[in-house]
Amino acid sequence: MAQRAQAAPAATERLGSTDRRDAWWLAPALTALGLTVLGAYSFWAALQNAHYEFGPYLSPLYSPKVVAPWWPLSPALLILIPPVLFRATCYYYRKAYYRAFFLDPPACAVGELHLGKYAGERKFPFVLQNLHRFAFYLAFVWLFFLWHDVWKALWFDGRFGIGLGTLVILASTGTLTLYTFSCHSFRHLAGGGLDCFSCSAAARTRHGLWTKLTVLNGHHMGFAWISFFAVTFADVYVRLLSLGVLHDVRFL
Amino acid sequence: MAEAVLHVYRGDAQGGGLKEYRVPLEEGMVVLDAIHHIQGHQAPDLAVRWNCKAAKCGSCSAEVNGRPKLMCKTRMDAYPAGEPIVVQPMKTFPIVKDLVTDVKWNYEVNKKIPPFTPKQNAEWRWKQEDIDRVQEFRKCIECFLCQDVCHVLRSHRRTDAFAGPRFLVRVAGLEMHPMDAGNRATFLKDEAGIGLCNITKCCTEVCPEDITITDNAIIPLKERVVDEHYDPLRKLFRLFAGKKEP
Ligand code: SF4
Ligand code: SF4
Ligand code: FES
Ligand code: FES
Repeated sequence: MAQRAQAAPAATERLGSTDRRDAWWLAPALTALGLTVLGAYSFWAALQNAHYEFGPYLSPLYSPKVVAPWWPLSPALLILIPPVLFRATCYYYRKAYYRAFFLDPPACAVGELHLGKYAGERKFPFVLQNLHRFAFYLAFVWLFFLWHDVWKALWFDGRFGIGLGTLVILASTGTLTLYTFSCHSFRHLAGGGLDCFSCSAAARTRHGLWTKLTVLNGHHMGFAWISFFAVTFADVYVRLLSLGVLHDVRFL
Repeated sequence: MAEAVLHVYRGDAQGGGLKEYRVPLEEGMVVLDAIHHIQGHQAPDLAVRWNCKAAKCGSCSAEVNGRPKLMCKTRMDAYPAGEPIVVQPMKTFPIVKDLVTDVKWNYEVNKKIPPFTPKQNAEWRWKQEDIDRVQEFRKCIECFLCQDVCHVLRSHRRTDAFAGPRFLVRVAGLEMHPMDAGNRATFLKDEAGIGLCNITKCCTEVCPEDITITDNAIIPLKERVVDEHYDPLRKLFRLFAGKKEP
């Protein structure tokens, strides 16, 4: 008879201890891999301060294009502060990195790391996650810059056109828009905070918006990943064009 | 006839371990059937709690191959034939005997929730769209599988400070009710310990009623707590308006 301690206190639980038989480690491992690869590439690209533009195309990592003579490093390190804050405090990414990096927990019903007394999101720095809506406001403003880039990517020396780069930048901005609009905080602000959806004309309008955002919100995780890929890919594409490795395909 | 091998936890607070049983397999059999077969033919003293065998009473919660499950909703053919199926009691609650645990802590938590507070002088009518959200939460069968799997209770043992996902679902049902006049934001923050939830969604993964616990109950409640306690703009607004915004 295998012995099994019941209701094992936290102190006796080991990281990874579980009776699960399935590959519970696969999802956190893939999440960690995906976030590391995309995060490391974006950070590297943000440091380069070169090859982020080609013709009418601007890499989303360098948008909006700012000139800050007082800033000695790559402007992307400033430009990316709002998007990084938005993703870092996103309810989905929190789940992803608490599981994949903090192993808290690595997967459901699996033993975890115990580093001091658990405080969840009650203490600094994690209590700041409560300000996610402010990162949303900034990200919302950033969308205007990004859609402006899509518009610019339609004009080649003053003439309307569509190139593969236009589509790549459209995919990046489009998926970022879906990601931003499917935000949990936005869903709450739009109508989720109401108790009565039918009590006034304003409430009914907000309910309509909330219903649509709820549908988007159901795909928030998907949009989080797709948009991260799309943004990274747009930077890679513009970079390769600028380096002369690739040549843009023009459809129009 | 094909046989299933089960390793069932036998023991009590003093200790115990897994014991092997062999049970004839029948089509459509669920884990609770196998446990009943063991009880009826091999171990009449095997303790198990159940009631409806229809996934509606929430009594037969256990851990099957390490995952929190209703035994009556877990089919034997969901597991690879020939491999032993391990059935153990919920790990988060103190064991009484074999598969039965003592879940009374949950009822104590429930008593602390500020109850439904009807609006005064309001017409007692509402529309379906006002109640859709709440109806999802009313599906809860109090199986406590979400409480069992939640790492705040299971691993960190914060029963002192955290109400657990089941009760956040209950509070969400009250807070979002169109006829409720209560405000439980401070209760959520200080007594229910909603900040201890790190939204890692294990509760949602195990809920047999498919309640979207994290996305539809906990995150919206966290946002309500932010409205009340963390959002500096709202605080300013309240300061200048001298009242709560609508
Ligand atoms: S999402 Fe929160 S309540 Fe649900 S299991 Fe995770 S920590 Fe517990
Ligand atoms: S919310 Fe779901 S898992 Fe939790 S007690 Fe209710 S039915 Fe069970
Ligand atoms: S962006 Fe993910 S929840 Fe707001
Ligand atoms: S016996 Fe009622 S839920 Fe399983």
